[in-house]
Amino acid sequence: MMPRLPHGSFWRLAVIGLLLAQAPAALAQHVTAPAPTGPVRTDEPLPGGRPPSPPVQADSDRANAIREANRTAAEYNQAAHEAADAGGMPQLDFGNPLTIAQVVWLFVIFGLLVFLAAHYLLPPVAEVLENRRARIGADLDAARDARAEAEAAEAGQRDSTARARAEAQASVAAAAAAAQADAARRNEALAEKLNAQIAEAETRISAARDSAMAALREAATDATDALVKRLSGLDDKTAVEAAVGRELAARNITSGAA
Amino acid sequence: MAAEGKTIDALSQFELVPVLGPIGRAVGFSQSNAHMLLAVGLITLLFMVGMRHRAVVPGRLQSAAEMLYEFVEGVLIGQVGHEGRRYFPFVFALFMFVLFGNMLGLLPYAFTYTSHIAVTLGLAILVFLVTTIVALAIHGKKFFGYFFPEGAPLWLAPIIIPVEVVSYISRPISLSIRLFANMVAGHVMLKVFATFIVLIGSLGAVGFLGAALPLAVNVALIGFEILVAFLQAYVFAILTSIYLHDAVHLH
Repeated sequence: MMPRLPHGSFWRLAVIGLLLAQAPAALAQHVTAPAPTGPVRTDEPLPGGRPPSPPVQADSDRANAIREANRTAAEYNQAAHEAADAGGMPQLDFGNPLTIAQVVWLFVIFGLLVFLAAHYLLPPVAEVLENRRARIGADLDAARDARAEAEAAEAGQRDSTARARAEAQASVAAAAAAAQADAARRNEALAEKLNAQIAEAETRISAARDSAMAALREAATDATDALVKRLSGLDDKTAVEAAVGRELAARNITSGAA
Repeated sequence: MAAEGKTIDALSQFELVPVLGPIGRAVGFSQSNAHMLLAVGLITLLFMVGMRHRAVVPGRLQSAAEMLYEFVEGVLIGQVGHEGRRYFPFVFALFMFVLFGNMLGLLPYAFTYTSHIAVTLGLAILVFLVTTIVALAIHGKKFFGYFFPEGAPLWLAPIIIPVEVVSYISRPISLSIRLFANMVAGHVMLKVFATFIVLIGSLGAVGFLGAALPLAVNVALIGFEILVAFLQAYVFAILTSIYLHDAVHLH
């Protein structure tokens, strides 16, 4: 993921760190000898200048080694005690070789952590987070697609409903128009026929009335003539006709076609 | 160790002691370094165990690992932007190392390696070197323009440049002393009040009642220290991110 700290430089750093960490002890002479027959007493506090207790021995190498080991141990203890006695902070006791060795080890251990983080700890997390993001993204996309599909389907349905309604309305309107036209046509025909019948009937009525009127004048004239003949004995047909004609005209009844 | 005799000994908790017998003594391996190794081990364990299933729906440990990851990522990306992704392992390691150092130090018998100025200064100098090298690698000579902002009047250079250089160089000092002082102060306070508990508690029945007060203080302090432990790790990470931002973008 991040080639900021390549393996090579890490190991170089580790080796340098190890070497440097040994420096304080190495400076204070090598501790080369294995533990001698007697245990190396490291806990015995040796005040600074006091010479080591064992007297000069024939096997001086070994004795030196033991002395050195004891001295190194004593130095730590002494430094710690001095720091404590002086009331100073152990953190500021840079005379203690452990203080500097601690930092060297810090770089080694911290370098190890950076290396582990870059190569083993972080990539799986990045992968899982990426996977999750991708999966959630895919699911969201699928959901969005499904919604779009549903919306499209709904729109289609709404469309076809509207179209069906429009069609239905159109056909209803057409049917209504046709029915209306039909009804109007039939009405017209009926009215025509009725008008013809009315006209015919009127003709017939006026003819009947004309003939009735003609008959009425004749009957009235005959009846009047007969009455006049019986009552007065006069037989003046012409005068009777004139009187009837006058009387009918006065009553607005004419013998001709009204 | 809490109260040797009748004195308050708050500083001996910071003493370095070699561990691992003669080998550790030979290579100067102290309990501080052992705690660093422990922290690295715990961080590794958290991520290895937490991420072993690589589940899409995380469990508790995986959630913790992911939360830490995303937290540091947010800090870094928020400051530097996406160019900062390549420095993520470094900033992440810094945050986790400081966080675990602070938190481990709160456990009984544990040692707080972040309470050593040598350690915090070492980390801060590491940050300083990394940011400076990044800046030089990206900007080359233009990096030195950082110390004299463009557009400033030239006659101010004798004032601005020293100020900028001093502020740049004092970064690792403020970074390290902040963490060091916070951790030391917290642990000294804890130790002092813990000593009070012992001293007052040794006075008999009345002492037992009296000791309740420093005990309560210590309980509150522990909560406060947990906050500080997290906060200082966060501050360390975000300051590193800010320095990285300066290194990548030069202002």
